[in-house]
Order: sequence, then structure tokens, then C-alpha cells
Amino acid sequence: MNSTVIVFPGSNCDRDIAVALEKLNFKNKMVWHKDTTLPKSDLIVIPGGFSYGDYLRSGAMAAKSNILKEVVRFANNGCLILGVCNGFQILIEAGLLPGALLRNKELKFLSKNIFVKILDNKNKFCNKYKKNQVINLNIAHNEGNFFIDKENLKKLEDQNLIAFKYCDQAGKETENSNPNGSIKNIAGIFNEKKNILGMMPHPERMIDHSVSNEDGVGLFLSILS
Amino acid sequence: MKITQEIISKHGLKEEEYQKIRKLLKREPNLLELGIFSAMWNEHCSYKSSKFHLKNLPTKNKYVIQGPGENAGVIDIGDDDAIIFKIESHNHPSFIEPYQGAATGVGGILRDIFTMGARPIALLNSIHFGDPKNNNTKNLLNGVVSGIGGYGNCVGIPTVGGETKFNSTYNENILVNAMAVGHAKKDKIFYSKAKGLGKSVVYVGSKTGRDGIHGASMASAEFDENSEEKKPTVQVGDPFTEKLLMEACLELMKKKSIIAIQDMGAAGLTSSSVEMASKGGLGISLDLEKVPCREENMTPYEMMLSESQERMLIILETGKENEAQKIFEKWDLDFVIIGKTIKEKNLILKYNKTEVGKIPIDALSDQAPIYERDWKKNKISQRKIKIKDLNKIKFKDAFIKIISSSNHSNKNWVTNQFDQMVMGDTLQKSGGDSAVIRIHKKNKAIAITVDSNANYCKAHPTTGGKQIVCESWRNLISVGSKPIAITNCLNFGNPENSEIMGQFAETIIGMKEACEFLNYPVVSGNVSFYNGTNQKNIFPTPVIGGVGVIDNYNNVFDHKLKAEGNIILVVGKTFGHLDQTAFLREIYNKIEGPPPEINLSNEKNNGLAILKLAKEKLICSIHDVSTGGIISSIAEMSLSSMIGVKINKPKKLLNLFEYFFSEDQGRYILEVKPNDIGKVKQILEDENIHHEAVGVAQKKFFEVENEIKLSVEELYNLNNKWYYNY
Repeated sequence: MNSTVIVFPGSNCDRDIAVALEKLNFKNKMVWHKDTTLPKSDLIVIPGGFSYGDYLRSGAMAAKSNILKEVVRFANNGCLILGVCNGFQILIEAGLLPGALLRNKELKFLSKNIFVKILDNKNKFCNKYKKNQVINLNIAHNEGNFFIDKENLKKLEDQNLIAFKYCDQAGKETENSNPNGSIKNIAGIFNEKKNILGMMPHPERMIDHSVSNEDGVGLFLSILS
Repeated sequence: MKITQEIISKHGLKEEEYQKIRKLLKREPNLLELGIFSAMWNEHCSYKSSKFHLKNLPTKNKYVIQGPGENAGVIDIGDDDAIIFKIESHNHPSFIEPYQGAATGVGGILRDIFTMGARPIALLNSIHFGDPKNNNTKNLLNGVVSGIGGYGNCVGIPTVGGETKFNSTYNENILVNAMAVGHAKKDKIFYSKAKGLGKSVVYVGSKTGRDGIHGASMASAEFDENSEEKKPTVQVGDPFTEKLLMEACLELMKKKSIIAIQDMGAAGLTSSSVEMASKGGLGISLDLEKVPCREENMTPYEMMLSESQERMLIILETGKENEAQKIFEKWDLDFVIIGKTIKEKNLILKYNKTEVGKIPIDALSDQAPIYERDWKKNKISQRKIKIKDLNKIKFKDAFIKIISSSNHSNKNWVTNQFDQMVMGDTLQKSGGDSAVIRIHKKNKAIAITVDSNANYCKAHPTTGGKQIVCESWRNLISVGSKPIAITNCLNFGNPENSEIMGQFAETIIGMKEACEFLNYPVVSGNVSFYNGTNQKNIFPTPVIGGVGVIDNYNNVFDHKLKAEGNIILVVGKTFGHLDQTAFLREIYNKIEGPPPEINLSNEKNNGLAILKLAKEKLICSIHDVSTGGIISSIAEMSLSSMIGVKINKPKKLLNLFEYFFSEDQGRYILEVKPNDIGKVKQILEDENIHHEAVGVAQKKFFEVENEIKLSVEELYNLNNKWYYNY
């Protein structure tokens, strides 16, 4: 399977996600933000980091970059798009996903391991997980507090477009297990066609037992299947 | 402009120093030249008070590729891999403007590392604040922690370790020390020595602004009530540009085009150009109108003394300019040829073709003043406190007070603000004895620790200096690594005071002795004097950053208890030394008395025996005994995996308090499987090392026979609440 990782100035999880993709046998290419064309891709990843220094607003400048126009075109043709952390912020700024990512409730950068629950496994990203399975991932962000208006929230819920919710180890969606104040503990969402996934936690940080755990591997295996 | 007495003293220069400048130039300097002298001759850049003592420190062993004198130290970890590391202070700026001060401290140390061709792989810090009850402390803590995170997180280097301490000695002068560690190929290390004449001197990175002018001079003076006015001398950081600069430099370094490279740190364009010229034994001529400026109408004086961040000076091979320029354009960074190397050994400054300054390079570097300042020997207090002299307190109450105190509480509140996992090779994060980072795509790993103990150093600098080197060594041993070398950041008060100079001189004597004995040399470092306000000096606070190597990352040890039923063993002898301990400070507010003694020979034997046990995989977990004594160490082991432990009272004459709270040195706690305990004891006995079993890991409860019974959850809550309630 061919994957492409987009590199913006200030991206800093690009190497990590490339390591994960290559470990799981994706044929991966890195594409620089000033490029105007994309190679043949079954999956495009927009990695975490601080694209354009997060100036103006996280993800706002990257959403206007040359290469994003191509990403939108690929997305419309059904290519799988994964945005992690800053990548999620960029997908929202580019209008590919609904809602907004506000500053964390404590107004502090927060990096820690958290639990999320798989809400839907009938999609290209999570089919190797069980429904309601609880996995342990890592977050590292300042603006991960997902917000969306009532009407669109209902749409996300009705159409099963919520991918992950923060929860405790037992799978309960409690206030304490919600690290950043996201509405309804939402940690990741799909677009309507479910070919685009945006998520704040980093699956690429959970692919190696000696560093953490292998709870992120299922996501990449799902894409491959 | 005529140079008046007032201008000279405003530049932090003494009258005799000014006379020396006149002699070296054989004329009066102009204002620009005076500014340049003041930038190069201040304490921060010239090490004029410390050089005399620093030269005594050992700087070599068979692993050292580059010792002090370059941007950072370099060690060989085998297979063509080198590790490059350094620690540096940013104390004064952080007190004035905590967020930017701390952030630019991180930025500066990162540049020191990638200037040498290394990709930074880890950041650590040692931050010291005043009494939590002091008005300013909370604000400073918040600002510094978010500044460190704000910079490192954005550049994408994991911040994996450090220490956060509180002590009223820092009420008016906090300490912010940042350490960076990088990895490079041994044959791809870049130095700052210029070579060849007529070579292009290139300015890359951010534009120059008016920020940070005379920052290094500020760092070389005490604070007073007007310090707030020094805010404009604090630099402003832009981690995004740093990330671009780092990537651009590392990309250029893959080509064969760099002769020398130096970051513009303290004293900016001045020190970077002078250092490269001085090391190369040649001169540099700069056309200052070409310097990219952020603000209008900047004068040569401002350009030469600005400490704007994220800038580098590079000397390029002839003909490589275009290739290099393309790389910096790709990263949207300025790239301007601003001068060339010349034969006459002068720094020549021109502005619109007019010469505005000319100074012999030697005058700025080799001829800079060196002082052998007066120093007084410190007396060691002989008073020893006996437990029977103290008011009675319940053992349990004392324990709880210590583990829930500001200095012994869990520091998640701090470390959760740092991205510890980016780059994907963090095997051990903050909270253990050392951070452990895997070398990317290799089996090897390195262990890194940052340590200090100002209380011991104040009580007796020589012992304190020794202790801190040993503590660092012990922390590296505790993760199963072989300690290789250190970097040091020496934070002291006013060196013109003979007592303070005595603290410095004696600390160096202690460090030297320990470094030599343990074959654990100093490869880089930084001295920060004048930490104090209105003649109130801080406690002597040397901070040590140690690096060790692990050949196979599967053999890393941590301090997490692994299984119920395992035996808890104390290695190293407990004498019951209570003076200068957390126990006396936290419970009785007593700060006098001698620090625990250091026996280097025991230290080494105990450490090497632990490594032997680790190598034979006879240990489940290891933790060194540090402040708070045996009981605190065991509690930390229990808390890191939420497995309980049952501890027995010692079967000897030592008092309970003395046994559990004393801070005797060279001790470790081991967790050993019952099946292995015989072999472990045998090895320790063969090496003549004192050891005793004190307890057994168990379910749920942290217990000390007849004294304490707490569920691990209760213990966790006690240990975790301080920061969140502050």
C-alpha cells in the first residue's frame, strides 16, 4: 500500500509516523509542502507538530498551503486521509472535518498517556479493533479541546462519525478521563464518507513495546486490510 | 562620542580593565569597540574568574572526542556514533521574564548541539525556585515550565528529565539550567575553528533585532531593585524558526561545504565571529550594512551586541555559496554573505564601506583578563544532630510530611507539560533515576540524568562537589548504564566575594576528586556567577548532567517494583547521618550541620557491583537512595507501579528515624526474586559490600512494621497533591 506523509515547516511527528508506516510495510513517501503534486497514494497522513509555528491559529496556515489543495482533491476521490494532532487541526481548518479545536481546558500543553474507546469499527481505520475496545495512546497538545455546535454534534452521533472518545481504563467516559475538555469526550472524528479521520492522540507513538505499547498498531493494520 | 567614566561602568567594565583595553588598542576605543570588549570580557563569555579553577577538572577518558572549549562536549559510544551534550544556565533572563527566559535557554542549548552536526535527541532541565510561600514563586514556576515546554515541544525534541526544586535561597534569583543531548556520526562533527583566507562568512537564520543587547553583561552582574528595568535585555524566542534553522543546518551538513560554524548565542555576532577567528588564528572582516535587520536604523553597535535568537554564522568553502543558499531558501531563512576571513588577525567592522571598528582578535580572546580571585576556605560544621535531642514526632507523620512536601512530591504537573515521546525513542521518561533514549534504529541507548544538591554544597562545598558527581554516577548505574562523562553548570554568587569564590574553588576540588576517581570527566559546561540580589548570594548550586551508555536497550533497568513476593534489599551501609537531610529540613526546619560523607571507594565498588548484578539479570528493579532516605526511595518504587511493600524494622541498634531517613551515600535499593537472592548475596559478599534485606513486595499496602500502613492509593494521593493544590 502506498502512503504519503505531508511535511510542513514545523511538522515534527513526520519522522515518527514514517517509522510506523514503514514498520508496517507501507511504501511511504515524504512530500514537502511547497510541492504541487502528490505521488500515487492510498493513504495520506498529515502529521503532528507545529506547522508554520502554529502562528495565527493551529493549522490555519497549513490549510492554505499549495499541497493541501491536492490533498482535498485526493480526498474527494476517496483516498484515505489521516490527520494526527496538528494534522487533525489542519483538516478542520481546511474544512475537511467539522468542529473546532480549542485550547485545553487547563490552558496548558498536556502530554500524557490516556485511554480512548473505539466507537465504530465498521470503517477503513478501525476494523482491526473491537467495538468499545479501550486502547492506551499518548497525547501531546495545547489545542485539543474539540468543540462542535449541537446540530452538527447530533449529526456526528447519528451517523456514527465519532471515532474515539476519551475514557478511563474500564471504558467509562468520565470527566476525569477527558484530558482537554473536549465536548462529549471526543478524541477523533470521521467525515461523512469515513475516508478522512482526524484524531488528537498519536497512534504512531504506540507501535513499539520497548517504548510504550502496541495499541496503535491496529489502526495501521486496519488501513492495510 | 567621548568615552566617559559613566559609559565604562555602564558596560560593566572596571577602570583597570578599561586601561587594559587602551593598552591593547594603543588608543581610546570608540563606543562600538567598547561595547564589543564589554561583551567579550564579561564573566559569562570570558570565564575570567573561573578559568583558573576550571583547568583543574579532568576532561579526558578513552571515550572523549571533544572536551570543553567547543560548543558542546563529544563522546564516542562506539560504531561511529557520537553523543554531543551540554548544559547551560539562563537564570537572570528567566527571573526577569520567566517564559521567554526559559524558552530561549532551551533554544540556546539546542543550537549548541546542532551547530556541531548533531540532531538533538533529548532535552533535560534543572530548575530551582524560591520558597513556595514567596509571592513571586508561583508565577515564576508557571512561566518557566511553560516556557521550557513551549520551546522544546515546538521544535519537536522530547524533554525527558530534570529536577524541580524549591529553596528560599532562590527567592530573588531563580535558576533555570537546560541540557541538550544530540547524536551525530563520528566523522560528521562540525567545529568552530575557521580555516583558509578569503572564505565567505555567512549569516543565516532570523533577522537581528534590538532584543537582548548586553544580555551577557546582565548575566554578569547581581540583581538589584531596578532589575525589572532590564526586561528589554531578555531575548524573545521563536521555536518555529529554530526548527527550520536546525533542519536547514543539518541538511547543509550532509554536504561538504562548511569549514566552521558557530551559533550566535551570548554576545551574538561579536562572540561568534571572534571565536571562529580566534580558534583559526586569522581575522574576520564584516560588512555590517548587509546584516539582515528586523528593525529600522539599527546601528553597528546594536547589530554587534544584539542577542536575537535563532541565528548562526557559517564559514563556507569557496564555491559552495549557491548550493548552501538554496537550502536556506527552501526553509525560508535568511542567507547573507556578510564578510570574509582575512589574514591580519583583526576583527574589522565596516558600515557602508567605512571602517567603524578594528580590534585585534587576541585582545578579545586570549588577552581577556583572567583573575585569580581571593578565596576563603569554608569551615565544615562538626555538629551532629542526634535523634534524642529532637522533639518527638510519630514516624508515620514524619514520612507523610516528607513525601507530600514540595520537594518530594510527584512532578507530573511539571513533566506533563513536556512532550516526552516525540521522536519515538524514549525508553524511560522523567520520574526514574535517569532518562533513557534509544539511538534511532540501533540497539544502543543512552542514559541521561541531571542532578544537584545545593544544601550539601552550602554545608560543605568540597563534599557537596564530590557528592553531586557521585549522585549523577549512581543515577546512571541505576538504569543499568555505564557512566561515561558529564557536563556541568556551576551556579554561584558573586565571585568578587572571597567566601563565594571559596565555595566555587572548593566545589571544583570536590568535583575533580570524584570525577578522577570514577573516570567520569567533564566534557562541557557553563559557569553562572553573580546569582544573587543586593549582596544576598544563592547557595552554591553546581548542576551536573551525566551521560551513560547501554549496549542493548533490552537491558535497561527502572525503579518500578515488578512483582509481589520479591525481596527488597538495601545495598551500601547505613550509618544514620541525619544532618542536612530532608527529614531535618522538612520536619524541624534545621539547616545546619555537615553533609553526609562521601567514600569514593565504596561508591565505586557498590556501583560496579550493581552493574554486575544487572548484567547477569539478577535484579528486577533498582533505585538509588537519595534525599528522603531509604523509606522515600522504597515509596517511590512502590508508587511507580502501585505494588505495595512490607518493610521490617532494622534489627540493629540504629534508631528507626536514623535508619530510614538518613542520607548516607553510595546506597541503592534492589528488588530481587526470592530464587535469585542467594546469588545476589554471594556476589555482594564476594565484593565485600554491605547489604541487608528490609522487606518484601506485597499487594496493595505500603507498610512499615508496626508504624505505617497505607494503601498504595492513599500513598499516591499524598505524593501527588502538592502541585495541584499549589
